[in-house]
Amino acid sequence: MLTAFAILTDGLVYAAYLFLVAVGLTLIFGVMKILNVAHGSFYAYGAYGAAIAVGVYFDQGFPAAGGFLLMVLVAMVIGLLLGLILERGLLRLVYGKDEVVVVLVTYAAFLILEDVIQLLWGPNSYSLYQPLDVAGNVDVGPLVLSGYDIGLVVFAALVAASASWALRYTRWGRLLTVVIFDRELAASFGVNVSLVYTLTFVLGAMLGVLGGVVMAPKIAVTLGIGVEVIVLAFAVVAIGGMGSVGGAFVGALIVGLCRAAAVHLLPQIELFVIYGVMALVLVFRPQGLFTRAQPRKI
Amino acid sequence: MSTILAIQNLGKAFGSLVAARDINIAVPPLQIIGIIGANGAGKTTFVNMITGYLRPSSGTIWFKDIDITGRPSREISRLGIARSFQVPQIFPSLTVFENMCAATAIAHASGGLLAQILTPLHSPATTAKAEAAVELFRIGSYRNALAATLPQGVRKLLDIAMALAGAPRVLLLDEPTSGIAIEEKFDLMDVVMSALKNRGITVLFVEHDMDIVERYADRVLAFYDGTVIADGSPVETLENPRIQELISGPKLKMTAVAALHA
Amino acid sequence: MALRSIIGTLGFLLIALAAPTLPAWLVSLATVAFANGLVVLGLIILWRAGLVPFGQALYYAIGAYTVALIGRYSEIRDVLAMIAAAALLSALTAFLTGFLLARYREIFFAMLSLAMSMILYGVLVKTETLGSTDGFHVELPTYFDYQPQGEMHLLVLFWLVLAFCAMSALLVSLYFRSVAGSLALPVRDSEIRLEFLGISVNRLIHLKLVIASTLAGIGGALAALSIEHVDPNMSYWTTSGGFVFVTILAGAGSVAAAFVGSFVFELLKSIAYDILPGTWQIFLGSALLLTILFLPEGIGSLFGRLRGRAKPV
Repeated sequence: MLTAFAILTDGLVYAAYLFLVAVGLTLIFGVMKILNVAHGSFYAYGAYGAAIAVGVYFDQGFPAAGGFLLMVLVAMVIGLLLGLILERGLLRLVYGKDEVVVVLVTYAAFLILEDVIQLLWGPNSYSLYQPLDVAGNVDVGPLVLSGYDIGLVVFAALVAASASWALRYTRWGRLLTVVIFDRELAASFGVNVSLVYTLTFVLGAMLGVLGGVVMAPKIAVTLGIGVEVIVLAFAVVAIGGMGSVGGAFVGALIVGLCRAAAVHLLPQIELFVIYGVMALVLVFRPQGLFTRAQPRKI
Repeated sequence: MSTILAIQNLGKAFGSLVAARDINIAVPPLQIIGIIGANGAGKTTFVNMITGYLRPSSGTIWFKDIDITGRPSREISRLGIARSFQVPQIFPSLTVFENMCAATAIAHASGGLLAQILTPLHSPATTAKAEAAVELFRIGSYRNALAATLPQGVRKLLDIAMALAGAPRVLLLDEPTSGIAIEEKFDLMDVVMSALKNRGITVLFVEHDMDIVERYADRVLAFYDGTVIADGSPVETLENPRIQELISGPKLKMTAVAALHA
Repeated sequence: MALRSIIGTLGFLLIALAAPTLPAWLVSLATVAFANGLVVLGLIILWRAGLVPFGQALYYAIGAYTVALIGRYSEIRDVLAMIAAAALLSALTAFLTGFLLARYREIFFAMLSLAMSMILYGVLVKTETLGSTDGFHVELPTYFDYQPQGEMHLLVLFWLVLAFCAMSALLVSLYFRSVAGSLALPVRDSEIRLEFLGISVNRLIHLKLVIASTLAGIGGALAALSIEHVDPNMSYWTTSGGFVFVTILAGAGSVAAAFVGSFVFELLKSIAYDILPGTWQIFLGSALLLTILFLPEGIGSLFGRLRGRAKPV
């Protein structure tokens, strides 16, 4: 019983992490049909940015609430910069080319960005422990949960809810949805697709950076963290369906809970479980759980 | 044999959408059948089911004495039923001649993977056949042009020529003259029909142009709302007031172009 | 076409003859480069058909670990036996995974194959008997009971690798002239037309996967013998990415591109690590970007253009 509860809580926390890193990726893919490998960089830069800037903030003894606000700000600034540089500077040059070619372009960008991290911040490991300390611990029945973890889950749920709401009920959200379904049709209705692309990419970048920022206190911020994240994010997006926020949510939950179960019950198959679930879903629903199948071709 | 293609109670439903129902047709060998009907009436669904692209929800399809219901397209092609497409399925990266060579070589190598590995793509026999096919369909002047650069009419002809690479007994043409200028439609069909002459091929073609149907078909099938509502000679079906009301429209004075080819 | 095969074989012979005169580090580098070239050759087969798997490292690692495990847990040392086992295991794995993989295209194909290589990575990292994250040492092989001493070992392995490369190059060239092998562009253009001509495109792709993966397995086995070490990184997605890079840079235009490209890549990597430590990825990423933007058919296409030849099918 205790194990089941532990699996549930661990699963939810991991799912929150997965959702935050995957939601930006799925939006970018849904709207622009680009699988952005550099998304891993967004995560990494977010973690580094948070570890350094927010660490300094807390060390100065400023109020904790401001610290959390700073984290979000850092995410938005870094996301904006990286997103604009990549989209306007690089992706614009390869729009319309083969899907896989564009993926390779983002991979090239990712490699470059990884080395830039080393140039900027060196090979050392950073840690951001202050937010964890501030959040403290909470006793839930027999388990002691980190307040930060609970906050993380709530935060992820909030992001999911607001993203879904925005996509459905705001003008910009609906424009995004239209472009996701049919770019050409949207353009012929006068939608400024180029602007939508830039906005989407920047938004996706911010979300990716945010993922790194909020995870920074839980990990050792060092070289290579972007590399593992990208494959995990992709698995979640593939399960949920490219372009579906709801799908990313469900995918993150499924993967999070399965992985937690594996970690507690049979640790050797941890990675296997994640990709195994992805392979299984793709066998029965190649387009993911939440996207439409392709219409007839001939 | 008296029937080369026997279709019984054929139907197809996509969830609650019934695309085709209760289709019963017996096709004698060497007949040329024109299939007419408005868009969405089920003509292409019908063709897709016969050629294995779609699996029927109900009914059976017999080719000669073989039950081909629900079999995949590649099996049905190897058995002897070929088709052309509304959007010509050719290989744009290759030249016309290379397209034809590829089709001929594939038809020669049997369906098995081992045969395909061991058969060279270019052999004297296949290149000779490819040349002959290109000439037969009068596209020899485009021989070395990349298929991506071809005008629509030549694409259609190449598509049909490739379909014939496997020496099929039944050929289904899906809107062979769609997208072709009115003056050129008859020329195209003339080339196709003369290429098919004396080859013992049964032809079914889907068409929207009633003049084409009248000129080239021995028999007309009229589709409406997923089923066949008329089945007879071109004169019977096209003069039928109900058909005119639902599908073909009133018969106008013969166009000048049609008159030239009458 | 026959002319190219003769020139190619002569090229391999020349390199083999020149080997004893070259410095040891170059022979070592070339050994790994040519072994990796086999993986790239397999990628070329798939790339021509429009497929870019991001997980060939799976078979590379299977080949490498097979050789390493045979050396560690058995008395067998014969190099051909080891490589045969590696090839067989890779082929079998590809045969099994192909049932799933051959049903997908484009991004999903790429990513599903990536997922599979990551599954192996996860297994390798977590399993003690397989060496976990440190990996383990690879025993030196014997060649028909002959155990080369000292420097000779480097040379003999190099000659073996060259032999495998020459043979593979020849076989793959023949494959490209068969019906199955030349249906690469048509697969990209119109799978529908192929199906309606009687070809099962999925089975064709399944075949291509098995061939490419067997080549990758042999490449991994040979690389392991050269480096004398295996570790889970050989199955990591960045390893797959490296192979894809070489394929893009070299282009899929010819069989030679696989080996020339791989050798140039290893050489550049070695130089870059010396001159620009810590910036190798910037260099690589930039090279890839420039290639994609300005030479989408790869550097190999430059040679085709210089000679004024049409794009090969």
